[in-house]
Amino acid sequence: MVSPNSKVILERDRLQTILDAIRAQGFRILGPTVRDEAIIYDDISRVEDLPIGWTDEQGAGRYRLCKRSDQAVFGFIGGAHSSKQFLFLPREMIWKVVREGKGFRFVDTQRDSAPLAFFGVRSCDLHAISIQDKVFMPVDPGYRARREKALIVAVQCGLAGKTCFCASMGTGPRATGDFDLALTEILEKQRHYFVVEIGTQRGAEIMEHVSHQAAAASDLEKAEAATRRALSQMGRTMEASDVKDLLYRNYEHPQWDDVARRCLTCANCTLVCPTCFCSSLEDATDLSGDQSERRRQWDSCFNLEHSYLHGGNIRSSPKARYRQWMTHKLATWQDQFGTSGCVGCGRCITWCPVGIDITAEVRAIRESEKRHGND
Amino acid sequence: METIDAVIAEHPFFKGLDPSVLRIVGGCGSNVRVNAGEYLFHEGDEAERFYAVRHGMVALEIYVPQRGQVTVQTVGAGEIIGWSWLFPPYVCQFSARAVEIVRATSFDGACLRKKCDEDTAMGYELMKRLAHVVSQRLEATRLQLLDIYGPAVDTK
Amino acid sequence: MDPPWTQSDPLLTPRPYRVTRNRRELQDTVTLELESGDGAPLSFSAGQFNMLYLFGIGEVPISISGSPHEPDPLVHTIRSVGAVTKAICGLKRGQTLGVRGPFGKGWPLEAAIGQDLVLIAGGIGLAPLRPAVRQVIAQRDRYGKVSLLVGARTPKDLLYLAELKEWRSRFDLQVLITVDSAGADWRSHVGVVTMLISKAEFEAGETVAMICGPEVMMRFCVAELRKRGVVAENTYLSMERNMKCAVGYCGHCQFGPTFVCKDGPVFPLARIEPFFRMRGV
Repeated sequence: MVSPNSKVILERDRLQTILDAIRAQGFRILGPTVRDEAIIYDDISRVEDLPIGWTDEQGAGRYRLCKRSDQAVFGFIGGAHSSKQFLFLPREMIWKVVREGKGFRFVDTQRDSAPLAFFGVRSCDLHAISIQDKVFMPVDPGYRARREKALIVAVQCGLAGKTCFCASMGTGPRATGDFDLALTEILEKQRHYFVVEIGTQRGAEIMEHVSHQAAAASDLEKAEAATRRALSQMGRTMEASDVKDLLYRNYEHPQWDDVARRCLTCANCTLVCPTCFCSSLEDATDLSGDQSERRRQWDSCFNLEHSYLHGGNIRSSPKARYRQWMTHKLATWQDQFGTSGCVGCGRCITWCPVGIDITAEVRAIRESEKRHGND
Repeated sequence: METIDAVIAEHPFFKGLDPSVLRIVGGCGSNVRVNAGEYLFHEGDEAERFYAVRHGMVALEIYVPQRGQVTVQTVGAGEIIGWSWLFPPYVCQFSARAVEIVRATSFDGACLRKKCDEDTAMGYELMKRLAHVVSQRLEATRLQLLDIYGPAVDTK
Repeated sequence: MDPPWTQSDPLLTPRPYRVTRNRRELQDTVTLELESGDGAPLSFSAGQFNMLYLFGIGEVPISISGSPHEPDPLVHTIRSVGAVTKAICGLKRGQTLGVRGPFGKGWPLEAAIGQDLVLIAGGIGLAPLRPAVRQVIAQRDRYGKVSLLVGARTPKDLLYLAELKEWRSRFDLQVLITVDSAGADWRSHVGVVTMLISKAEFEAGETVAMICGPEVMMRFCVAELRKRGVVAENTYLSMERNMKCAVGYCGHCQFGPTFVCKDGPVFPLARIEPFFRMRGV
């Protein structure tokens, strides 16, 4: 019998049983898998769907999938995808309206679908989910319905990438909560197994159906060592404690012109960011003209139209748009939601086609202040 | 009867000036009454006067072919009208029409110029006050130029 | 029988309203009176806005222009500035549109009790202030001196002309009206609305100012009010940004750290001052 806050051992060759137990409870399982030379998030059912033996090398504007020398199940960082796209859908119908005589009638959308289980969520993304919760839970019934039912199986990072900086943001590498189960992979010459942390009663119920053993102190120490290893590999850092004030002080800093010369305003960073929540609403009418749908789709503050106000756009320059994104992420977000909007996952750095690095941009502003002083 | 300097002492433009200065300035002034619809001066007239309005509203007009007399600004009690008397060729750049009965103190521009030249400290004080009015009118005019209530220019 | 409209969340899904009257105010501006499909009037406070939806065309944020104490019919004054507003302006009596709201924070009429008020409107900016004026008139004894300063492009661009005349005839309301340019038959002020601030009667230390108009006009009004001693804490502005969802999740109406749709549209200047003069925020 396992209970929340306990830790047990799951052998690698029993990993399938955890997937089976989750599926048996009616969940649709979403996890990392290899497709199109990247690790993405998609439906999985078998352990073989996971990126076994793969890793991904990342840098500013660079992502390469590579073979590992071992058969690690979670020996990678992660691609552009996160659970965001399954909770805050890239496209979603909000309501439908049907013409009726001289008037019309509004119909809400159906909100019942299979509950989702996210398998292999990293600590940075767990924090991203709780950040998006603050945005959507109070006002978005669709998100709320999906989120309330969602089961989360986290994976504790045993390595970190060159664009990772969760340690700076206080969001990792070790997940300390907000999961139903968390796995730490221990890969030794003789033995391949997972330390499983039980986070919730739901997690405990799943483990009831999975054969496991008690964890020894030495197992827990190995799990801690995995976290230390990830910490030591952390590719980037950002001094985050006072970044809000730093950016509030520097709305007119010349660095914004500098980054605007490089930025393509392609919006990649906002699409891969697990916390970015901007969306646009559009109305689509069918050909008969009798029915119309209100659809929501992901939008980006890098799009010119994002700030459209009759007569023009408020943020017409790339400089204003980049500044909006970064100051929102790191500064104004804190005033809006009581938390930073950045979890240090590094995706915006990896997936920027010109390799703009948010940590370097902050550093450039900070260091120029040190050089020139500020008052 | 109230003297001119006592009358203008109440006017915001002259407020706080030394009584001796007010006496000198007042020596160039006289009180006038302009009925509604009458003009204080016309565009193109020789600019010989400067007005401190005490009561009523004056419309500053420019003649625009096809549109007629267009009011570009109104000036009311506590404000002043006219600075063309300061600079050659001393010609009025607009017309000033009384919208209602206007009571004002009218100053002889040549007289004022002469006294300012003689007493440059007084002249400087008056010019500062005048420059302040000019800068405020310029700021307002710039805002008017933006045509902020005009139809939205859709860039889409 | 099924009720003709059943919704869950009135803030997300519109409710149908019928146009009972469409009155042309100006060449490009109309006032619509709307009746709720299910009969329940929409209660609101002065300065709040609704999202108005037109079948198959789209949705726009429009401030409410009626009296908070007389919420039925729902009154909106709309200026035609784009495809959706143009279509809404063309609605005829009996036609239907969708309404969701009310949204946002309105004018601080409760907090301003006992104070002098100076209300400044530029152009269509009088529409969001009209509920405040009407509420103040209905509860006139709650306030000290009240002045309403109105600016428009030309005399024929003045909104609510008949009502302005009625307000101007009151002894307990100072109404000053100015236009940017006028012909010889215009008998009121010509010049920008900021020039009226020096003529308004109020005790600066006990005054609440409420401003609605183009952002640049509000900037200059703020400077002029400050010269007269009205502090930022007592100066309120109605801001405009790209409101889409109206409940704070779509991100479009961000203005510095605020969401105009839920933290505004009416803000005390003190809250937004650092961002008010910045470009591209």
